[in-house]
Amino acid sequence: MSQSPILETVDIVKSFGALMVTDRVSLSVYSGELHALIGPNGAGKSTLINQITGELEVNSGLIYFEGEMINKVTVAARSRLGISRAYQVPQLFGSMSVAQHLIMAEIASKNQGFKMWAKSAGLDDLSSSQKSILQQVGLLHLASKPTAALAHGEKRQLELAICLSSKAKLLILDEPLAGLGPTESEQMIELLRSLKSHFGILLVEHDMDAVFSLADRVSVLVNGAIIASGTVEQIKNDPLVKSAYLGEELDVH
Amino acid sequence: MTGAHVIKQSEAKNLRLTLTFCAIFILALLVPMLEQVYYTKLIARISVFAIAAVSLDLIVGFSGRVSLGHAAFFGIGVYSAGILAQFGIAQIWLVMPIAFLVAGLIGCFIGAISLRTSGLYFIFITLAFSQMIFFIAQGLRMYGGDDGFRLPAATVWFEGVDLSQAKVLAYTMLGVLLAVTYVAHRIMSSNFGQVIIASRDNSRKVNSLGLQPYPYQLTLFTLSACMCALGGVGFANLNEYVSPASISWVQSGEFLFMVILGSAGTLLGPILGAAAFVTLEQILSAWTEYWMFYLGVILMLRVLFLKTGLLGLISKQGA
Repeated sequence: MSQSPILETVDIVKSFGALMVTDRVSLSVYSGELHALIGPNGAGKSTLINQITGELEVNSGLIYFEGEMINKVTVAARSRLGISRAYQVPQLFGSMSVAQHLIMAEIASKNQGFKMWAKSAGLDDLSSSQKSILQQVGLLHLASKPTAALAHGEKRQLELAICLSSKAKLLILDEPLAGLGPTESEQMIELLRSLKSHFGILLVEHDMDAVFSLADRVSVLVNGAIIASGTVEQIKNDPLVKSAYLGEELDVH
Repeated sequence: MTGAHVIKQSEAKNLRLTLTFCAIFILALLVPMLEQVYYTKLIARISVFAIAAVSLDLIVGFSGRVSLGHAAFFGIGVYSAGILAQFGIAQIWLVMPIAFLVAGLIGCFIGAISLRTSGLYFIFITLAFSQMIFFIAQGLRMYGGDDGFRLPAATVWFEGVDLSQAKVLAYTMLGVLLAVTYVAHRIMSSNFGQVIIASRDNSRKVNSLGLQPYPYQLTLFTLSACMCALGGVGFANLNEYVSPASISWVQSGEFLFMVILGSAGTLLGPILGAAAFVTLEQILSAWTEYWMFYLGVILMLRVLFLKTGLLGLISKQGA
């Protein structure tokens, strides 16, 4: 990891009125690295992500993507640069089938939305790479299903498939394991492990077993500020983290 | 149920719909041959309103926003036909494109502002704009003000063939309806249509995929305005009169009525809706002066009992 980080935030600050929700956060994600962001509920994890993707503007501080400052870049343009996000509550298109989601992602990533006359691609036109992505997340057999017919875990898998089919360089995954059953969780963890080498991944997750088995680095966010950042071992043994967040939980393992 | 089975079933449904509409369209083509002016004009009237309803459906059904101002664009078509005729311009190949362009310009302006909102605000902004255009039309004293004016000359194809002839009017408007529906269908089946539908379902996600919905929605809104004006040109010829009433919000409401009656987001539904509306209007108003009351009851029944509108009645068979 000698190269420069793919994502870097420098002292970013966000406050809603008197409430400071992001307190001088500096973090970085390298390509091929999984950087986990943990912290108790209300620590400001989703708010931080929203600033990285551009849905929220920072009050101060700088955000760099591949060395370029992107503070003023719109959500859509950041996505085209290669920042791809899966939401905490899967965000899908209610009237579309699984396959159509991938087609839509392709239209967006190739910026071909203004093709107004030729028929858009359908289920039969899925490319082999799109099929292999569906295979990878375990949805290929459901390609023709409407979104409404999907189980919660399948919706998460679909959202991840959308991320993978865009030309993403950085995946921001907001609690991809939330609401998944034990088997689904295991599959998702294996999938994330297999993705690690191809992307930079910023993972927000509450499942500590998953975090500690996947992460290269972990940052701990409490009350909007990063109180510790380091390798899994360093975090596990950090007294500040233990008292502030992990508490008793760690002793069990 | 396997995926392939679902696909086959929806293909069969599409085929059945297409066939039904070919049958209805051919029937509509045959009616004027009966040489009964009343029925010929009925076909023309249905086509005129169906053009407006299809164009409104692009916004209501596909964009997911309720416009209560589409009569403004319809009225632009009506006034284009009237005012151009006043200046001696009545050739259809001039009147239609000019109405189309003027509505497009104004539609682009109105859309640019109103599409920044959604939900209730969108309804009221479109309503406000159409009321502004209504009052502008009402204030045109040289064009009859509140009373409007007689269409000085019917829109003409060529010497001796013009839209004052019921048969010519009916076939012309049927042709325009077919063209408008075809274009709308093509566009909604394209990549552009996918972006529009995706933006309706979840605009936040479209943004995070890398596309901003706004320019797409504005393009669609403008196109919808253009198409709606073509119906207005027919309406001026149908009544041989140009009146601000065609811009009133009651007219916008009737367009919405047709779209909802037929089933929004289907293009073919609103055509059915327009046909049902115009037919019911004729039957009920001959029978009672309180026909609006009964129309209201019918809309209520549709909303309560027909989940997919009149279109659902056709596509449900055998499903």
